[in-house]
Amino acid sequence: MSTGVVQGEKYRNGQKRKDFFISFFIGVFALVWIFPILWTVWTSLRPYNDIISYGIFSWPRRFTIDNYLNAIQEMKIGVYLLNSLIVTVPSVILTLFFGSLVAFVVTRYKYKFNLGLLLLFTAGNMLPIVLTYIPVFWMFIWVGELFGNRNMLYNNYGGLILVHVGFQVGFATFVLSSYMKTIPKEISESATIDGANVFRHYWNVILPLLRPALAALSVLMTTWIYNEFFWALVLMSDDSKRPITSALRRLQGQYVTDFNLLAAGAIIAAAPTVIMFFVLRKQFIAGLTLGSTKG
Amino acid sequence: MKTAATVKKNRSRRSLSKTDRFTLATFVGIPTLLQIILLWIPAVVTIILSFTYWNGIRIEDIQWAGIQNYKNIFVNNPLFYQALKNNGIWLGFFVLVATPLGILLAYQIDRGIKGHAFYESIYYLPVVLSLAVIGIIWNFMLQPGGFVQGLMGLDIGNAISIYGNPKINTWVILGIASWRHIGYIMLLYLSGLKSVDPALKEAAAIDGATEWQIFRKIILPTMQPVNIIIVVITLIESLRAFDLVYIIYGSPTIFPLLNLLVFQNFAGQGISMKGAAYAVILLVLCIVPIITYLRINFKEDLK
Repeated sequence: MSTGVVQGEKYRNGQKRKDFFISFFIGVFALVWIFPILWTVWTSLRPYNDIISYGIFSWPRRFTIDNYLNAIQEMKIGVYLLNSLIVTVPSVILTLFFGSLVAFVVTRYKYKFNLGLLLLFTAGNMLPIVLTYIPVFWMFIWVGELFGNRNMLYNNYGGLILVHVGFQVGFATFVLSSYMKTIPKEISESATIDGANVFRHYWNVILPLLRPALAALSVLMTTWIYNEFFWALVLMSDDSKRPITSALRRLQGQYVTDFNLLAAGAIIAAAPTVIMFFVLRKQFIAGLTLGSTKG
Repeated sequence: MKTAATVKKNRSRRSLSKTDRFTLATFVGIPTLLQIILLWIPAVVTIILSFTYWNGIRIEDIQWAGIQNYKNIFVNNPLFYQALKNNGIWLGFFVLVATPLGILLAYQIDRGIKGHAFYESIYYLPVVLSLAVIGIIWNFMLQPGGFVQGLMGLDIGNAISIYGNPKINTWVILGIASWRHIGYIMLLYLSGLKSVDPALKEAAAIDGATEWQIFRKIILPTMQPVNIIIVVITLIESLRAFDLVYIIYGSPTIFPLLNLLVFQNFAGQGISMKGAAYAVILLVLCIVPIITYLRINFKEDLK
């Protein structure tokens, strides 16, 4: 008995030393990990001329927020941020709404097509997106011409929103349906006995119970949709309508020599998702846990 | 007066009113239609187009090509084999290095080492950044006049091109990709680890098992379902990888990847539907991981 305790103590002491090294090691790597981001922030706060005359490693003579002001004035970062907002917010809301509708039906009502539908949505989420570029592009142009307005979907916020919803709704459905399976059947049964119709059953009974899952998913979806930039490159011909992450690519080419200005632009573009991550970290992690996966 | 029994009977007969059935149909119908029109029909159309020549302008101009597009890809096309090789290297590196690192990191953070909450945030931070931002951030590190070259004592005058050097660029790109991937895997795994019974670990520790033994003999086996899912995700991510390389190079010639070839071939020369054929090849490669993923997730339902 007592030898066991001694052994345990010896083990614990050894472990403590080991833990210290592990923690130290992971800590050093954490610094390496975050360094490129910090370096970009640092660069964004220094005047261009300072770096030109004294080099990148020079101790800063002064800090400035001019780069940020210039990013807003010259690069029109504010316009692009607004575009991102216009596209992201409705996309997230519609995705969650549609996802919750499908998840509601397949988990609360027993139909033969339920499993097939769920597979269709989940598999759709994992398809290589490039498989759809050509047809979606032509479909948008074609639909526009059919209605006599070439920019009805193509080069239009609405079209971009539609595409985001179409591609994200599979994941939302998958996550929300696995969450809804944990809501007891009895709740639905009593709602039906009380005479609630399908819409009330969804809106007044199930939807309020989904709140935690919706909160978690919305944080995750906002990050993904905000960060996505390929669709906008394909579907938005006007640069002035592109969201910030798509616009950055062009700005990078245009301001390639003005490190500091570009750094400020990149930081502004990164800020919304980073701030959201730190403020809503719990929701963020819960979202990933709920879905456990995203292709 | 309805008795409980008749109510139950009614319900079991699914006596939904007309309005209710209409509501249900709308609930399912609109999202499904959207999904089919934006995803499944285009996917099928791309498969069909991959067997044609088309400049992408008038539908009447579509010409049947048979398997010619595929022949052009497979025969005399070093770019394709380079892309295949690069995707393979990417996959190997992610499976053998980046993913295990993410898992180990998750394990250590889950044990509650000092500063674990802080580390968790830091390692996850790159994952919330857009690849457009990541491209710029790493450019500051690696470009001529950037941090790394400065450290190496190379000023702009005698700077080297890190991205252009075929000896190192593969590893540089994989490094940047891992910068994002490791944090992602870490957080996914961490959420799974929370469900492992801590008593198991304690018992093993008291029996004198080393940390490595606990990890191998207890954590890994209990986490089996999560392990498979993470490997599947890694496979799919490696096959689809290209945004980062697109951001860095803009064209597939220096570091070809399958996905990049699709994008270039459809954005650039539209005469053939080679891009569509590339997309189909990519789909074929993705099918096994996708089916594996679906089978794991719907194991009970599929029985």
